[in-house]
Amino acid sequence: MLGYLVLAIIVFSLAAFYVGRSAGNRFVAVEGAATHSLPGYHGAFVAIWVGVPALVLVLLWLLFQETVIDGLLLAGLPAGAIDGLSAAQTRLLLSEIKNVAGGRMFGTPSEMVLEAAQTYLRWQGIAGWAMIVVAVAIMLIGGFLAYTRLAPRFRARHGVERFVTAFMIFCSAAAILTTLGIIVSLVYESLQFFAMVPAHEFFFGLNWEPQIPIRDDQVAGAGAFGAVPVFLGTLLIATIAMIIAIPVGIFSAIYLVEYADKNVRNFIKPILEILAGVPTVVYGFFAVLTVAPAIRQAGNLLGLSTSPNSALAAGLVMGIMVIPFISSLSDDALRAVPRSLRDGSLAMGATRGETITKVLVPAALPGIMGGVLLAFSRAIGETMIVVMAAGLIATMTINPLDSVTTVTVQIVTLLIGDTAFDSPKTLAAFALGLVLFVVTLCLNVVALTIVRKYREQYD
Amino acid sequence: MANPAPTPAMESFQTVRTADANANPARLKADGVNVFYGEKQALFDVSIDIPEKSVSAFIGPSGCGKSTFLRCINRMNDSIEGCRVTGDITLDGENLYDARLDVVELRARIGMVFQKPNPFPKSIFENVAYGPKIHGLARDKTDLEEIVVSSLKKAGLFEEVKDRLHAPGTGLSGGQQQRLCIARAIAVGPEVILMDEPCSALDPIATAIIEELIDELRENYTIVIVTHSMQQAARVSQKTAFFHLGKLIEEGPTEGIFTNPREKRTQDYITGRIG
Ligand SMILES: Nc1ncnc2c1ncn2[C@@H]1O[C@H](COP(=O)(O)OP(=O)(O)OP(=O)(O)O)[C@@H](O)[C@H]1O
Ligand SMILES: [Mg+2]
Repeated sequence: MLGYLVLAIIVFSLAAFYVGRSAGNRFVAVEGAATHSLPGYHGAFVAIWVGVPALVLVLLWLLFQETVIDGLLLAGLPAGAIDGLSAAQTRLLLSEIKNVAGGRMFGTPSEMVLEAAQTYLRWQGIAGWAMIVVAVAIMLIGGFLAYTRLAPRFRARHGVERFVTAFMIFCSAAAILTTLGIIVSLVYESLQFFAMVPAHEFFFGLNWEPQIPIRDDQVAGAGAFGAVPVFLGTLLIATIAMIIAIPVGIFSAIYLVEYADKNVRNFIKPILEILAGVPTVVYGFFAVLTVAPAIRQAGNLLGLSTSPNSALAAGLVMGIMVIPFISSLSDDALRAVPRSLRDGSLAMGATRGETITKVLVPAALPGIMGGVLLAFSRAIGETMIVVMAAGLIATMTINPLDSVTTVTVQIVTLLIGDTAFDSPKTLAAFALGLVLFVVTLCLNVVALTIVRKYREQYD
Repeated sequence: MANPAPTPAMESFQTVRTADANANPARLKADGVNVFYGEKQALFDVSIDIPEKSVSAFIGPSGCGKSTFLRCINRMNDSIEGCRVTGDITLDGENLYDARLDVVELRARIGMVFQKPNPFPKSIFENVAYGPKIHGLARDKTDLEEIVVSSLKKAGLFEEVKDRLHAPGTGLSGGQQQRLCIARAIAVGPEVILMDEPCSALDPIATAIIEELIDELRENYTIVIVTHSMQQAARVSQKTAFFHLGKLIEEGPTEGIFTNPREKRTQDYITGRIG
């Protein structure tokens, strides 16, 4: 039903477009160049007024229909039926009614529920038709109002422009609101966590054993929420990743910009971009199945004790993963250095290498730094590789051959299996998430500020 | 049919040369230089002597190959993909296109100033110190400072910037930036300085200052300048060469070229009929 309605709205809008455009064509035929807007704008103007309000209505309707019907249902129940029920129990009752209405019965529902289910179905039918009627009415009214405004001097072009602007504002607002929503929910849950576990224990404690029992009969640890080893593990892996990615990324960018001839560049650049497109799970396989065993073998040969899940394996693979971030931003930055600087240096009798190290890289440094910071924040936020290749036990160590765990891994393990959303074990995931969010946000802001500043430099 | 008819391009072409009895001896000589960008030939058989310690001006309509020829002299064409140079250019009898020649060293002997001022995004001091540093011309820090100060003085910029030697060079005005670039070129002690329209991005006052500077620099350096301004060529140069469509049409003492051109195309150009 909903699908047909949306289809109808689209068809109506298209029809409105043609009607509006033919009106525009008539204006042009009569008035010629004195017509303010091209016929297409007249068409678009009418189409917008037909389609958009109706679509908005349908969206709002769908958003609130359930709530309204729920209210009506509860009000329609026999007096006293919901007295003394908690909010959760009321919700349960409602969902039972809906299940019955949908034909999914568990046991034998009570008379009251059966009746309510009938009412529910009736209300739903009414709501569906009401929506269609109202939507069609709105389309007709909108179309009529818009069409009567059309005239040779009518500024349909500006009308369309205003709508497009509004639409763009709406889109960016949606992105911003989502971000805000994420922050708010993270902060809310984290505050709950910090009500149970003191902040200083979380930020300075050296012991991380979050697997506490959530039912009385479970066997589990006593619980300790000192996040320092987790942060240290994250930092260790990210550092290893950067040790790989920074030189490889920067040097490959320099090579591509300054030395490689066109054919080589056309060959290598897409490959680097493929690296960015490889799903992180695949990197995870690579880390577990190829890199980790290789490191272990090498460690054994050298007589070093290597754990099967080493920070080194995860870090190495993560380093490979973030190479494209650094190389492509460095590439852009180096390319943005004006040719005149390059020529100036060469004409002074500098070699190519001197030109690169003394002029090009310093001039491109802000852009390169931006790439490095973005890569770093990507590395500490990366989940899949470390879930697969790093360990689960939080150890206080900076030995890359040891198994360490990271913030993202801990979030995942805290949230899988049995969870209760009022236990510190689960809430700890949100606190970790919040810290991660804040750190990557700061890194991104710094990176973007640097990149922006550098953009202004050659003007 | 033993003699095929000469192609029209070759037929009528012979550079008109006027000797100058007062000219300094020439150490920089070009002989039969052709330049190709890919398939396209940009310069045809250019031969000219550049007298030392004087200013030679290249004039001609846009696209006639002045910059191309200038870039041949310090081999900046090397870095242009698909560019090929034939013929000889010699400095003190040494062929600049000899395979054994060190381009880096050559460019230290033949400096260049570009059309658009292009100071490095470094401090004024570092801009001038750049060349001496990479060529190892300074024994120590005081030595380096001396070179920087004397170069800035020679470029007539020192008084204006002496209080802010460590401010960024990009913060100077356009004319100051161009003098900074000249100071930068002077700092490595070149014998020849090539200037490609050094004043085209500058206002008349800054232009006058640079022209004066060029006139002073001629005491110690051999200068080749490309310019679109006939007045500028007349004011600063002793020798003028007129290019047209990749060919060197006429060359001789500046005075002669401007008062009594022998080629019709030269006359048309300096009276403003082609260009
Ligand atoms: N990098 C290049 N690749 C291909 N062709 C080029 C290149 N540089 C110059 N040319 C061509 O060579 C010819 C001479 O160019 P050149 O830049 O030497 O002219 P110019 O006399 O300096 O002109 P202007 O006075 O406008 O600077 C032109 O036809 C130009 O299109
Ligand atoms: Mg030019």
